[in-house]
Amino acid sequence: MSAWGQLVDYLTTTANWTGQAGILHRLEQHAALTGVSVAIAAAVALPLGLALGHHGRGGNLAINITNVGRAIPTFAVLTLLTLSPVGIGNTSTVIALILFALPPLVTNSYIGVREVDPEARDAARGMGMSGWQLFRRVELPLGMPLIMAGIRIATVQVVATATIAALVGAGGLGRLITDGLSSHNQGELLSGAVVVALLAVVVESGLALVQRRVDPVRRLRAGAGFEPGAVTTS
Amino acid sequence: MVLPAAGDCLLRNAWVCGKYLSTRRHIILADLKQHVILTLVAVAIGFLVSVPLTLLVRRFRRAEGAVIGLTSVLYGVPSVALFAVLVPFTGLTSTTVEIGLVTYTLVIFVRNNLAGLDAVPADVRDAAQGMGMGPLRMLVKVDLPLALPTILAGFRVATVSTVALVTVGALVGTGGLGQELNDAFSSYFKAEALTASVLCVLLAITADLLIVGVGWWLTPWRRGRPQ
Repeated sequence: MSAWGQLVDYLTTTANWTGQAGILHRLEQHAALTGVSVAIAAAVALPLGLALGHHGRGGNLAINITNVGRAIPTFAVLTLLTLSPVGIGNTSTVIALILFALPPLVTNSYIGVREVDPEARDAARGMGMSGWQLFRRVELPLGMPLIMAGIRIATVQVVATATIAALVGAGGLGRLITDGLSSHNQGELLSGAVVVALLAVVVESGLALVQRRVDPVRRLRAGAGFEPGAVTTS
Repeated sequence: MVLPAAGDCLLRNAWVCGKYLSTRRHIILADLKQHVILTLVAVAIGFLVSVPLTLLVRRFRRAEGAVIGLTSVLYGVPSVALFAVLVPFTGLTSTTVEIGLVTYTLVIFVRNNLAGLDAVPADVRDAAQGMGMGPLRMLVKVDLPLALPTILAGFRVATVSTVALVTVGALVGTGGLGQELNDAFSSYFKAEALTASVLCVLLAITADLLIVGVGWWLTPWRRGRPQ
């Protein structure tokens, strides 16, 4: 049977969707790992990035952690954590996922707030706004598209990284791929690959939609075709 | 961390172990060499493929959305999935890994190449045309040198990401230092894991500095400015 035939065969067999090693349970694990990691990373990184942006400090820090993050292999971090006292399991995976979600979150929230038009900032000051009001009513809304872009990039990155976690025995959709490889089951291998790729594309386009929705400038100029440039870090 | 006395660090499974480095030196060097070759081949082929794509977009601007869109979608596919989907066709080989690695460099190269070429000032190109330069000479003599810093920035990002990504190739049996990480995980070998991780990062930093150095050498008129 051709590889694609095996893929269709695997996906159309009900038993492959249910149970502990079934696609649905793997998807559930994947979503849980991603959700928890992005939530914790956002809770740490967004306040930091926004505060740095508001005060105009730490720009180099934001850029540098992005560059360093790119040079460190995910697989290496996962292996080191697994062999460390943290040990094999969800904690190691979540720590690794958080580490790789931080750079785009910090960088984009920093740039989002920092790159707000200085004239808008001056006007707000001239209207007598306090620092907090300036942040809350001018910088945050105007920076929202870039902040949201950071959340999108981080989430997509975590979805991908959670797949690599299967190499060190973690759950999630990557397990369909590693299990399929070790049992020479091409149907399972390809199903894993296709489901992971689909998930990544769905998450990416879903969050891209949210990103456009939260852009106040775009809302004002609805239909004018205004498209803000996105800052991607990876 | 206390450095263990020579001889027993392997038995104690220490993170840092001189005996590991000396007894396994040939294996570590062989994996490092494979890592470097995988990276070099992927970055070279990735750039070569990106050149016609860039020129295509430049000639037919309407192709930009399609080329950038397609390469971005491919970039968004998680590496484990991309390697896995190739296995039924190219097997557990280095070809599988190279195809995956090249795919991820494309969007980086095309974007940077385009950004570099688009930033060439129009009056400079007008002057070149006025001097009687044809399209090919203009590309080589005018566009390329002026776009070089941005193109090299693409090389930096592509190379550093590729060095990290090669490790995932261990999934299909060709992962350079990723092979050692795989091994370290299954045998719970701490020194091997730490050594491979440190070497990966050092390799990425070295490659990055080398490209910065090449840029400095190739663009003498920019020396003294920030890279």
